[in-house]
Formats: sequence, structure tokens, C-alpha cells
Amino acid sequence: MRYLPLTTDDRAAMLATIGASSIDELFVDVPAAARLDGPIAGLPMQASELAVERHMATLSRRNRAAGDGPFFLGAGAYRHHVPASVDHLIQRGEFLTAYTPYQPEIAQGTLQMLFEFQSQVARLLGTDVANASMYDGSTACWEAIVMARRVTKRAKALLSTGLHPHYRSVARTMAKYTGDVLVDGDPALEAGTDWAALAASIDKETSCVVVQYPDILGRIDDMTTLAEACQTAGALLIAVVTEPVALGLIKSPGEMGADIVVGEGQSLGVGLQFGGPYVGLFACKTKYVRQMPGRLCGETVDANDKRGFVLTLSTREQHIRREKATSNICTNSGLCALAFSIHMTLLGEAGLRRLAAINHGRAKAAAAELAKIPGVSVLNDRFFNEFTLLLPTAARPVVHKLAEKDILGGVSLGRLYPDNTGLENGLVVAVTETVTEGNIAAFATALKEVLA
Amino acid sequence: MTALNRAGWRPEMNVAGGADDNVTFTGNRALMLEEPLIFEIGGTGTTGVDFDEAAPAADLGSLMRSEPIGLPGLSESETVRHYTRLSRQNYAIDLGLFPLGSCTMKHNPRLNEKVARMPGFADVHPLQPQETVQGAYAVIHELAEWLVTLTGMHSVAMSPKAGAHGELCGILCIKAALEARGEDRRVILVPESAHGTNPATAAFAGFTVEDIPATEEGRVNLEALKARLGPDVAGVMITNPNTCGLFERDMKAISDAVHAAGGYVYCDGANFNAIVGRVRPGDLGVDAMHINLHKTFSTPHGGGGPGSGPVVLSEALAPFAPLPFVTQQGQAFRLIEEESAGEDHPETFGRMTAFHGQMGMFTRALAYILSHGADGLKQVAEDAVLNANYVLRSLTDVLDAPFAASGPCMHEALFSDKGLAEGFSTLDIAKGLIDEGYHPMTVYFPLVVHGAMLVEPTETESKAVLDQFIGALRSIALRAKNGDPALKSAPHFAPRARLDETLAARKPVLAWEGAR
Repeated sequence: MRYLPLTTDDRAAMLATIGASSIDELFVDVPAAARLDGPIAGLPMQASELAVERHMATLSRRNRAAGDGPFFLGAGAYRHHVPASVDHLIQRGEFLTAYTPYQPEIAQGTLQMLFEFQSQVARLLGTDVANASMYDGSTACWEAIVMARRVTKRAKALLSTGLHPHYRSVARTMAKYTGDVLVDGDPALEAGTDWAALAASIDKETSCVVVQYPDILGRIDDMTTLAEACQTAGALLIAVVTEPVALGLIKSPGEMGADIVVGEGQSLGVGLQFGGPYVGLFACKTKYVRQMPGRLCGETVDANDKRGFVLTLSTREQHIRREKATSNICTNSGLCALAFSIHMTLLGEAGLRRLAAINHGRAKAAAAELAKIPGVSVLNDRFFNEFTLLLPTAARPVVHKLAEKDILGGVSLGRLYPDNTGLENGLVVAVTETVTEGNIAAFATALKEVLA
Repeated sequence: MTALNRAGWRPEMNVAGGADDNVTFTGNRALMLEEPLIFEIGGTGTTGVDFDEAAPAADLGSLMRSEPIGLPGLSESETVRHYTRLSRQNYAIDLGLFPLGSCTMKHNPRLNEKVARMPGFADVHPLQPQETVQGAYAVIHELAEWLVTLTGMHSVAMSPKAGAHGELCGILCIKAALEARGEDRRVILVPESAHGTNPATAAFAGFTVEDIPATEEGRVNLEALKARLGPDVAGVMITNPNTCGLFERDMKAISDAVHAAGGYVYCDGANFNAIVGRVRPGDLGVDAMHINLHKTFSTPHGGGGPGSGPVVLSEALAPFAPLPFVTQQGQAFRLIEEESAGEDHPETFGRMTAFHGQMGMFTRALAYILSHGADGLKQVAEDAVLNANYVLRSLTDVLDAPFAASGPCMHEALFSDKGLAEGFSTLDIAKGLIDEGYHPMTVYFPLVVHGAMLVEPTETESKAVLDQFIGALRSIALRAKNGDPALKSAPHFAPRARLDETLAARKPVLAWEGAR
């Protein structure tokens, strides 16, 4: 087998050194009844690289790739152009096949990259500090809610109805077991957010208010007033960003007073990958840093006074604190954080701003075009690169009919909120720089035909 | 550019007095290259990406970004060089043996990288209409079938994002099962030798954690465990093979006792590599076990993730598994989400993550499993165990192996710091290994052994590599026993000497503090 270097002679010589007569002797502690003598029945035997590649390629071709035609899906995962050098660099074996940097003398590459990543994320989200990444946006969102409970010693979280339904669902799952109280609901098909109502419902038990920006319907709003209301009441404002490219154009949540900003970093460098692995962003004000979950990289010096980086403040973490840790998280999303960081470095502030403006411009053009279709209107009065179309009929069957015409035309609210028929005519449409004018025209034509 | 080498040679210095062999103007030493931060070399007006069009005007009123963000950019050529230079300051499995115990740093086949990048896998949105992603569902389903068969379990939850997330999945299944039975059991028993994630997970899910004592030979004390079982115990979390590198001989008896007392058995599958294809946890009475695809099934660790932690489940826990999951109906695959859970999976404890799990890891793991097949995977376990025992038995004359008399080890060999010279520690041995060109083993874990050194060579190392490593570790052990002072300041040849971790924690600098 091509991945196994030991030869038959090696194995015999090694057994002799060990003083065992056969490999079975090394498994002597396994109860006889549980010891398997041969390969597990019913499974295929080893295969060549060619055979495996052929099999996987066959499966791959059973999927319609986003790049194969017009594509307008978002709702928490966005298709952006990733420069070729990003994927090349993350495949350098020294990054790809390294472990968590527990031995900093020989892990400065990963550590410096993480320090740069943390700095980029903190600046982008408008906060003081960021950690070295979480699994994804949805788990980062839940961790933020738990962190707010630790900080405020209160357990009631108010979730905006504009929060991604999967994020909400993750929080609901966890809250069932932790005793946190969640106040949540489905969004209303209105142009405005529910943030003013949220501000009004903060009380003495409220640990945090969680808002998404832009939200699941693509709406954007100013959170300054809400942040003030939170501060007055001693609650934390948690902002969730699922499309970080937006922050090249619109104000960051930190700038508007959010205490904790979490997000999904997939838009930069990572790609769609059918939902994972992605990279959770987690950032907050300095005063809360010791309550943060996850790994943190910090600057220090070595014995020769040279600058270097280490994992730090690990007394928060499970491998030191065990059951008293701030979270059980161990692995983060290092390689995806690297991809994010490289893409962000390639863009720089100037590139990010331009990319964001192009996204917004393209989305405005698409919204205007689609709104010309009889019976179709745009819900949002303001949006970044994603908006909600109101169709004259349920959107879900429309999505399937569009797919038959080879157009992936957005995410229906029926898919996201299957139990809420009041939302079924909504279609969430994302338009990034990868969408061409031709794609928009094709989408509009197809939608008109499907609705006719 | 900021001089990273503050003590570097400068022309104004007296050459005779200032420059020794290790001092250069740049701080570089031939192929060992220093690299500034992007914040020191990039500019916010620089970009390495070209666009086809100018930025159109936008009017979002007061929401428009007006302040500088402070994100430096680099041209493409500078970017490639920056990250390439950084990469060379890392040790990696591609460079040599990486014997971190419990971490299973094995070779990462590049076929898996190629497969994961096929457009039908890499460029697919998780919420595409189901008829357009049948191949992606097929991958999840095929991998799930393999995992279930290899472990002899009833079913598998594929969505957990990493090992600790998988632990949480298993523990929530237990919690949901107990609720369904109307029982409020609060205690999870965990051995002292467990990974820190075990008690942290149980606590995160609202359980109280109690220790299970170990026997002198490094295994769970069955009698003590039995004595503690009762109506308040929800279950146990046991790592098998355990973190002392030993197979828990009494696993089946433990499971039977826990089940008889109404509890469930969670098995930490971090060390599954030692038994894959040779032993099925399902035959040992396990109710839930996560599988780190990034360990046993070779998906790359990437400098700290992403991981992937599917959880195999017994028939008793399967009804509570999280959403979503894939089912097969004839030739078609279907995703069971919240929508149809009411009919198809009414007792689910809910959703643990957005979307469907670590697809990019599933494709890699499936390619790896198909490459090995049932026969190759069995050989994986055998070679992993053989390599670890070879390391163990080759070093017991110079290093204390506290459980060497407890029988063969499994995939990892455990040593202690007993017998080192006064003032010398496990840390010195680890840092000495760095100078010899190796990544150190896991140190100071498990906590049950003083100055623990846990060596996991994995099956992808040749005998020649092991022989050289054994020689190197032997020489360092002897230096530590003889009190060689040079070892105290190792590493001498790494990109950095020992780093001041106390300073980092006392005065945390977690982000670049220059102007935004």
C-alpha cells in the first residue's frame, strides 16, 4: 500500500526487537471476542490512486458546480473570486501539514500568520482584539452568547429575527441544555429591522442582544442606538457578520458600539465547499478578552530578545482548565484562517473597498432588473450584495424550475423557514463580483418565464 | 522596514568586537529568513488584485464606511514571498517525523487535496436545490457507511466540526436520551488521564464531572468505577486506547456495568488509529464515539484545523442524532433537515452547526479510506502499533516507561521524566529534539504521569526514520541524565530560541497596535 513504508522484513526485524512473535501479540489486550482476524467483511479492498480519483470524479460530476452557470446563492455562504496564489500558498506543506503551534520555536510561520489574522479581523470588525478563529459563524455565534452570560452573569439572550435561521437553530439546540433563555422568532417581510423593538425589550435579565448585519434578508441598519440601549441596561451587543466583504463598504459593528462581533469568514479565501470547512471570526473589546473562547496568539520575545509569537492566555482553555474552561473548543480553523488572511492581504484596504463597491453595484443592478418583472418587488430599501425578492407565488418551486433552466437563482425562504407560510414568497438573492451582466439577464429572463 | 534583528551587525560597529558567526545585518542566516509583519511592509493603498471595473458610486447614507480600516495590502509577488518565507519557519509532517502523542500526525496524501478541489465538491453551495448536489450527498452517505461499518455501530452523525464538537454531539445525545426516559442524571465520570476536552465538554453541556481512578498499570479501575455507578450517573467518557497508550482491557465489562446502572458509554475516538480495521468499538458496548477525520483518516491538520468529528452512535442513541443528515431512497439521496424531521427523525436534539458539516474533509477522508480499503486500514492499525512498540522497547533502558510492564502499548509510547539529572525536565528533552530536526512528542500529557512524554510515530514512518529518531532521543535522554547544560538553552538552531510565554500572558499583545 503506497502510504505504508514498512516492508515485510522491517516488520519481522521490529517484532524481534520488541520480543513479540507476531503482530497479534501486540493486540493481546483486546478481548478475543472483539479481535478481528481478517479485513472487515463486506468492504472493498485497497485501490490505486487512479481508481480512487476516477470514483471521486464520477461523484463530483453529479453536482452542478456554482461556476457552471448563473449563480445567485448566499444566505450565509458567498461565492467570491479567490486569487490563485491563495490556494497555492495554503498547500505549502509547512502550513498544510503542521499541527497546532504548541512548540513555538518551530511554528513561527503559523503563529505570525495567526497574529496577522487576528489583527486583520479585529480591524475589519472594528474591535480591539480577535481570536485565532472558531469552527464557523454559527458556532461562534453560540459561543458569543455563552460568553455574554459569563460576562454579565445573566442568562437571557434576545435574538433578532434577522439572524440566520441555522445560527438561531444552533443556539436553540445548545440553550436547551445550558439553561440559557432565548427570545427569538421568524423575520417579518418588512424593509426595516426589528432592532428598535429589541432595544425596547431589554431588561435586567438580558445578557445580550444578537443582531446580524447584513441580516438574513440582506437588510442593513445602524446599530448605534441599540448599542447604547444595551450599554445602559448592562447587556452586551453581539453582532453577527456572515458576509465580511460588506465591511469594505459599510461601517463595522465595532465602530457602532458592538461589544462582541462574530462572523463567518468563508467569503474571503475559503470558497463554498458545500458548507465547510469554514472559518469562524470572533472579536471583542479588550476588557472581555479573558472571557473569550478559543485560541489566542500573542507577541513576545525569545531568549535572544528577538520578537516572536506564542499561543497565550491559555488558562481559559480546556487543556489547562478542563471542566472550568471557557469553552470545550480545541481545534480551530487554522488553514481556513490562513486562506482568509492571504486573501485579505492580497486585497488590502484599497482592494477590499473596491471589491465591496463592485459587489454592491452589481447587486443594485440585479435588483433593478429583477424588479422589472411583473409581480416581483424588492423588499429591502438598503442592502449590500444580497436582497430579498418578493414573488407573486411561493419561491421554493420557482427555485427548482429555475434549476431546470440551469439557473441557481437564490435561496427560498421556504427552504429556510419551512413552517412559516407567511414567508414562502420570499427569495434571497446574492450577487457578487463573480456574477456577470449576462448572468443577470439570463436570470431575469428565466424568472419571467417561470412566473408567467 | 523594522529591523527584526535589533542586535544585528551594523557598519558602525567595530567588526572585530561586534560580529560573531551568528550576527548579520538583516537578521537572516542564509536560508533561515526573517520576515516582518504585513503591517510593517504593506500599505493600505496597495492591492495585489486587479479588477475589471472601477468602483461604482454607492450611497448608503450614514452606514457608509468613512474611517480608515487599517488593512495593509501587498502585491501578488510580495504576498507569495511573505507567506512562503513564513511557511519556512514551520515544522511539518512533510519535513519529518512529527511524533505528537494523541495527535496522529501521519502523511497527508495529495490525492485527497486534488479530490477536494474538484469543482463539483469545492464550488458547490450548501443550500443548492437537492437535485443539483446528489454527488455531494453521495459522498456523505458513502463515508457514513464506511464509518458505521468500521466501528460496528448503528449510525453516524456527520455534522460535528471537530473532535471536541463531536464529543459535544455524543454528550447531547446522551442528555436527550435521558430526558426521553424522564431521568435527570447529572454526573459524567471521566478518568484523570482524559483529554481536557472531555471534562470541558461535559461541563459545557451542563453535567458535573467526577474523576474515575486508574489502576497502577494505567487503566480504568473497574471496581472503583462500578462502586461509583448509580442513579445520578449519566454516563462515562473513556478514551480507548487510552492516553497512556494502553488498550482498556475491561472496556466491555465497563460498558456492561454502565449500561446495567442505566448510563451510557461515550468513547473518545481520538486514538482510533490504533485499532481501525482490527477492533470495532461497537463490539465493546460503546454508545457514542467521535472520529477525528484529521487524525485517523489523514485530513491535514493545517496548523490547527479545520478538523472534522463525525460521531458513530449505538441504536440506543441514534434517534437523538443531530440534524441534518443524508438518507438514501433508491438511487436518490435526500437531506433530512428541520422541515421533515417531525416525521423522519422526531427525537433529534437539534442542529449543531450551519449547513451540513465539513464537506471538504469528507471528500479527503473518503479518498483516503478508498485508497486503503478494509485490508489497508487493518494494516494501518498494525503498523501504527508496531512502530510505537518498537520505539517503546528501544528506549526503556534510557527513559522511564511507567507502564512498560502493563503489556504492549497501542499506537503511542509513554515515558516519564524519572531519572533525569537535577534541574532537567521533559521540556529540555523536547527542546533538544528540535535541534535534532524533529518536532517534539506530546509533553506533560497525560497528567497522571510526571513529566509525561507521549510518542506517537504513526504507521507512515519507515524503520530507518524510527531508528534515527530513537538514536536522537537516546542521545538527548543521556544528555539530560548527565546534566549537559547546553540542553537547558536548546533549541539553538531553530528560527527562535525559547520564547517568553510569561511575558506574553502578563502583557498580552494580541493585535498589531499601529495606527489604523
